[in-house]
Amino acid sequence: MSILEVKHLSINFRKKNGDIFPAVKDISFNLEQGEILGIVGESGSGKSVTALSVLGLLPYPKAFHGPNSIIEYQGKNLLTASDAELREIRGGKIGFIFQEPMSSLNPLHRIGKQIAETIVIHQHLSLKEANRKALKLLIKVGIKNAKERMKAFPHELSGGQRQRVMIAMAIANRPDILIADEPTTALDVTIQKQIIDLLIKLQKQLNMSIIFISHDLQVIRKIADRVCVMKDGKIVEQNRVSEIFEHPQESYTKTLISSHNILNKLNKESDKNILKINNLNVWFPLKKNFWGKCLEYIKAVNGISINLSKGQTLGIVGESGSGKSTLGQSIVGLNKYSGDIFINNQNIKEITSQERASVQIVFQDPYNALNPRMNIEEIVREGLDIHHKELTKEQKYRLVTEVMQEVGLKESDLKKYPHEFSGGQRQRIAIARALILKPQLLILDEPTSALDVTIQAQVLKLLQKIQNERHLTYIFISHDMNAIKAMSDKIAVMKDGKIIELGSRDEIFNHPQQEYTQKLIAAAV
Amino acid sequence: MEKGIFTKNIKQEQIDAFKRNKRALTSAYIFLFLFIISLFSELIANDKPLLLKYQNDLYFPIFSDYTDKDFGGDFPTPADYKDPYIIKQIEQSGWMLMPIIPFSFNTVDYNLNVPTPSAPSQEHWLGTDDEGRDIVARIFYGFRLSIIFSFLLTVISSIIGIITGAIQGYFGGKTDLIFQRFMEIWETLPQLFIIIIIASIFTPGFWSLLIILIAFSWLNLTGMVRAEFLRTRNMEYVKAAKSMGAGNIRIMFKHILPNAVITTITFVPFLLAEGITALTALDFLGLGLPAEYPSLGDLVRQGKDNLQAPWIGISIFIVLSTLLSLLIFIGEGIRDAFDTRRNN
Repeated sequence: MSILEVKHLSINFRKKNGDIFPAVKDISFNLEQGEILGIVGESGSGKSVTALSVLGLLPYPKAFHGPNSIIEYQGKNLLTASDAELREIRGGKIGFIFQEPMSSLNPLHRIGKQIAETIVIHQHLSLKEANRKALKLLIKVGIKNAKERMKAFPHELSGGQRQRVMIAMAIANRPDILIADEPTTALDVTIQKQIIDLLIKLQKQLNMSIIFISHDLQVIRKIADRVCVMKDGKIVEQNRVSEIFEHPQESYTKTLISSHNILNKLNKESDKNILKINNLNVWFPLKKNFWGKCLEYIKAVNGISINLSKGQTLGIVGESGSGKSTLGQSIVGLNKYSGDIFINNQNIKEITSQERASVQIVFQDPYNALNPRMNIEEIVREGLDIHHKELTKEQKYRLVTEVMQEVGLKESDLKKYPHEFSGGQRQRIAIARALILKPQLLILDEPTSALDVTIQAQVLKLLQKIQNERHLTYIFISHDMNAIKAMSDKIAVMKDGKIIELGSRDEIFNHPQQEYTQKLIAAAV
Repeated sequence: MEKGIFTKNIKQEQIDAFKRNKRALTSAYIFLFLFIISLFSELIANDKPLLLKYQNDLYFPIFSDYTDKDFGGDFPTPADYKDPYIIKQIEQSGWMLMPIIPFSFNTVDYNLNVPTPSAPSQEHWLGTDDEGRDIVARIFYGFRLSIIFSFLLTVISSIIGIITGAIQGYFGGKTDLIFQRFMEIWETLPQLFIIIIIASIFTPGFWSLLIILIAFSWLNLTGMVRAEFLRTRNMEYVKAAKSMGAGNIRIMFKHILPNAVITTITFVPFLLAEGITALTALDFLGLGLPAEYPSLGDLVRQGKDNLQAPWIGISIFIVLSTLLSLLIFIGEGIRDAFDTRRNN
């Protein structure tokens, strides 16, 4: 029996200049009782807007629906329901979990109070009783020391715990439907798995229906019964999970699925050593006494030694806070460290900044990594401006256009500004900026984490191509086991500032020694 | 260091957004019109003729000084074109063209046959002040002086404010800590009393008054620029520049400052208005510019002292309130145009 039916839903937005932007174009799907429906698609495909429209949470009247649009819940069209009716349904009959739990929780209220509040509003219970229910819910979603945690503020909880609190709030009133909009995207892989397991468990216990929205096919595959694949505001394919993954019909679905299989061929190990790190420590002071002497440290990188031979890719994997980004940034000299780092057998503390330019870095977030007030030519050219002042304007321009071609961008893009580009294109610009100084070692700090899967695959392929052409050495930092697997010859697993396991790709994936590594691999596949 | 750092960072869409704001745009035009007119005060209100012909020679008294002797007088003193004798001499063998308002800001009209301050008349459109000086002329010159003074004050204190804020925000840590404490102490100094003390030791002139006011007004922008630098210095594009080997100066000027400049631009019209108010207030109290300067504050004081002559108070009230309102409207327009949240 269908519990929610969406028929011919279209959503349009009025832009400031009067144009109309269609975000969702005539989609229809239904949600069965007790089923988990996955909606998968890239950013901008309209999946979140669809979910928000079910609860009437779009910015009306800037947003408006097409004339035939119907969202039917228990025989009632939610699109024409009154505000009072919608309020009753929101948080009552239909619960909602957002991607970023920190911004969805009120930072000034204790979490117990926030959960109790929704119970009081919808079930008209006394505060005391609501509090007792809130405690039960916290236990149910697996918060340890739930009684003490009732008094905690959101910032005192970890990302995973916050998401559990959000889930507790969403299920507080025993909803029929739970809409989860990318609930695991901001979390580490092992935590992701816990949250997904929790959602599946709760779905069985409460016999809810869940609409699970994600851009991550792996997650959808694990949780959903049925999948809708969305692209450009349309549902291109919907079917049972097994069907979608084993017999995808549409070419778009096929690209999505194949994006996960872009294994690089292994690079040969050469005898020439490019990077040697001896006992590297990066400690950040946490607590100082009155005289400025440090009493406590965060040991972000704690005694790490690495040898990397030329032309290979070292993958560094670990969860957030494991120190993998700090390690990468130390190699390019962004952090103070103790220990020794040698590039081509020269200590980087003793070489000139020009020699140092043989190590370059590409950052995670393509939105932050490009200065919004410089055009692409200035951004890419900057390395030349710093290190090759002797070149003429024309020579610099030629080098810039060459490297732009190499990363697959046009010369006509040079005069544009970063905000005119998509995430994938920006990452290409960041790569071009790093390549212009002809580095030997490129540090890739989560270069694909902020991108959609198909774009991720394109960027990874580009990186593989560049490596082959230029014989570059990579340090590929990521929390994504699939990306690590696709790129790396050797893999280092980091936890709490230490490398706990180091081995070749086959060793790590086929015979992981450490329990933590096994957990990471299990969570990813 | 960077040419056009201001203009380059203003995008077309922001100019368009400003233009859409009719009130701000109109205010900007009116303000510019008044300011440009006031730049030519010498040609509009002056006690010297614009042009005169005497014995077949053309003279330009505004641009060069002539003596009484040149026009058949007895003394080699600067020519007094209000002197009936000189006027007679000139008109006998030539002619002279006086400006629309034949008085400068400091011309005392000795031909008045009513007690000062005299009421508006054909000769003095808004009357005279209690020393017999034409009010329209004083407003023209005072308006120009106020804006120029305040403009210098704003520009110089913004530059100081941006530099100090940039240093604090960029280097952070101990530099920031020491600077912040210094600023807190500096801020608590009683500005007015210090000016009173200084004014009692020596009479402040245009430049010395400017320096005293700058000494306190640079604090306005420092905090904001500091915050902007603190925020931006950890952006990944700054890290990217650092890892590429860019030096501190390059990063500060090329990467961070352009982002901080926008917040600064937003404040400029308000700082201008603040500067005008400050100067007027000091002149009103008699602590500002000495008597030989035409100042709006001096007119305010005269208006207060001569309540029986309401034309003084009313004229200066209208001038000041128009000027400040124009600046505030322009400021609002700029602020809204640069507010990205509002535009999206």
